[in-house]
Amino acid sequence: MAQMRVLPGQPDAAATAAVDLRTRLAGLALPNPVLTASGCAGAGRELHQFVDVASLGAVVTKSIMLAPRAGRATPRMVETPSGLLNSIGLQGPGLEEFLAHDLPWLVEHGARPVVSIAGESVEEYARLAARLRHAPGVAGVEVNISCPNVANRGLVFACRATDAATVVRAVRQNTAGSVPVLAKLSPDVTDIVEIAAACVAAGADGLSLINTLLGMVIDTTTMRPSLAGVTGGLSGPAIRPVAVRCVWQVHEAMPEVPILAMGGILTGSDALEMVLAGASAVSVGTAIFHDPGAPGRILAELAHALAGLGFARLVDAVGYAHRPPEPPPDAGAGSGTVTDAGADAPAEGSADVEAVTGPPQVRR
Amino acid sequence: MPVQVRGEVLSVKRVGEYHEMTIVAPGIAEHARPGQFVTLAVGGTPTSMLTRRAFSIFRVAERGVYGGTVQVVFAVTGAGTAWLAARRAHDSLDVVGPLGRPFSLPRDPASATLVGGGYGAAPLIWLGEVLRRRGARVDFVLGASRETRLFGSLDAKRMATTVAITTEDGTVGVRGRVTDVLPTLMTRANADVVYACGPMPMLAEVTRIAADRGASVQVAVEESMACGIGVCMTCVLPVVGEDGVIRMVRSCVQGPVMDGTRVRWEDIGTVPEGTWGTAPVAGATSVRSGSR
Repeated sequence: MAQMRVLPGQPDAAATAAVDLRTRLAGLALPNPVLTASGCAGAGRELHQFVDVASLGAVVTKSIMLAPRAGRATPRMVETPSGLLNSIGLQGPGLEEFLAHDLPWLVEHGARPVVSIAGESVEEYARLAARLRHAPGVAGVEVNISCPNVANRGLVFACRATDAATVVRAVRQNTAGSVPVLAKLSPDVTDIVEIAAACVAAGADGLSLINTLLGMVIDTTTMRPSLAGVTGGLSGPAIRPVAVRCVWQVHEAMPEVPILAMGGILTGSDALEMVLAGASAVSVGTAIFHDPGAPGRILAELAHALAGLGFARLVDAVGYAHRPPEPPPDAGAGSGTVTDAGADAPAEGSADVEAVTGPPQVRR
Repeated sequence: MPVQVRGEVLSVKRVGEYHEMTIVAPGIAEHARPGQFVTLAVGGTPTSMLTRRAFSIFRVAERGVYGGTVQVVFAVTGAGTAWLAARRAHDSLDVVGPLGRPFSLPRDPASATLVGGGYGAAPLIWLGEVLRRRGARVDFVLGASRETRLFGSLDAKRMATTVAITTEDGTVGVRGRVTDVLPTLMTRANADVVYACGPMPMLAEVTRIAADRGASVQVAVEESMACGIGVCMTCVLPVVGEDGVIRMVRSCVQGPVMDGTRVRWEDIGTVPEGTWGTAPVAGATSVRSGSR
């Protein structure tokens, strides 16, 4: 795949700047579709040294739990071909410290915070949501359901439709109606569409696809697992085709449900691939470890790619790969696959979008 | 504040079993201090190696014919460092730095003993020069498994009051380890502070020796890192805070330089009981790996 590296000031910068990058994730209007992925940008502070958090579509925080958490023993990370296998164990400060320090910092710096929450019981998720309800500045809630359910033999919520739905319902009920709830699904399931449908039925306003894949590495020198946690979550370009497949399948089954896609996005064309599969926005994760400037670069590359393909608006490219194989029909004639994909976006020029966003921006 | 720059390789040369690389990296050299590090992306674009490689800064030149340069020293230990060793003059490199906490310097002229294991000596050479300029007495203890893995002994001899060399095979200097000669040297130099960089077991032992003699001890820890900027939580180790509480601390942003006496050396690779964020009731639940 061709690598695109577009920097401001290059000849086609004007064409790139002309692409309308605004998008929506359920009720959430975003100036552009490039977000951070949970667990890969902390709560924004460290990344802000390299990328202005206000210039991102949104900052999806590292998953917050009720109590502080030490995480797992080391080694916690091992590099694999085009991937990373991690077993961090959700080390974090806990909700109260997050609310006292991290959330206000994000708001102060003009970021749109999408707070990722994780729990070990339905009750913990419900309490997290209820507490966030009264915290100013929360733009959205992403529910990390790839956690073990202590009440059900440690089975991961995301792996059973009923468990996933129960968590999502609890979070939705405790979240303000104006704040979208996104369910982040695991690809380690037999039928991701079934889980997705259950989450949507339970009130999810959108879906985040995908969490890491469960994997393992054995060190052939020590002849033991490389990670202290034995197994870990695989991320990075190695899993991108799995993510594209999941986005494709879910968008095909439920084209009206907004999707935030993540899984190995390293370039603008990787982001475009997710958009064409049906994503309204993308999260950049592992790429940040490789290149802290990645979110800004990927946004610029995505804009360039869209302009090169003749898209005037990002929303017109959402799900475009699903169009029928026949030559595209005349504009506005019947099948409407192009505009269909952007069905969740409001009509152009609606007051709601104008109020929240400025002119499309490529990079600050 | 760290920056990400497109650097240019000026030279790569062999020094014993190591490689010494000089990179033109404007904006980094000017702000770096001894003990800080840089990270380099490896493998070109695109690459299958996603984690950046972190290296202590050996030296900087704030301005020269080519602008600010930073030097790093590394051993080839895998595909990433092999790729770096194969770089040539004018090759482009993605550099982030300066990162991490530097060594803190004594306010008044003091006697400083600098202990380096292998190429862990690299940041200490620069530190020694800075300390000398501030009027400190500087003594070095440099050790390695064999002569070709010693680093910096000539530079050390140029500036230090004394330099002791140890090799495990006895090819040069005293046969043994740096920690075998450190107690005597500290007494002779009347050391107020010990600075150390090298393998973790060496740092643990140096800390014990220094603390026993009432000297303060600063160590640059060596934990494997992934992002180097404080977001991934990979490079953590148990450290006791001033409040007496153990925390899993990121060596990339709360280190790499730490007060050696705060590190729970014997517990590295574990999360000790009572660490901040562990359940008060010890019950090792089987938790699915992979959630960040």
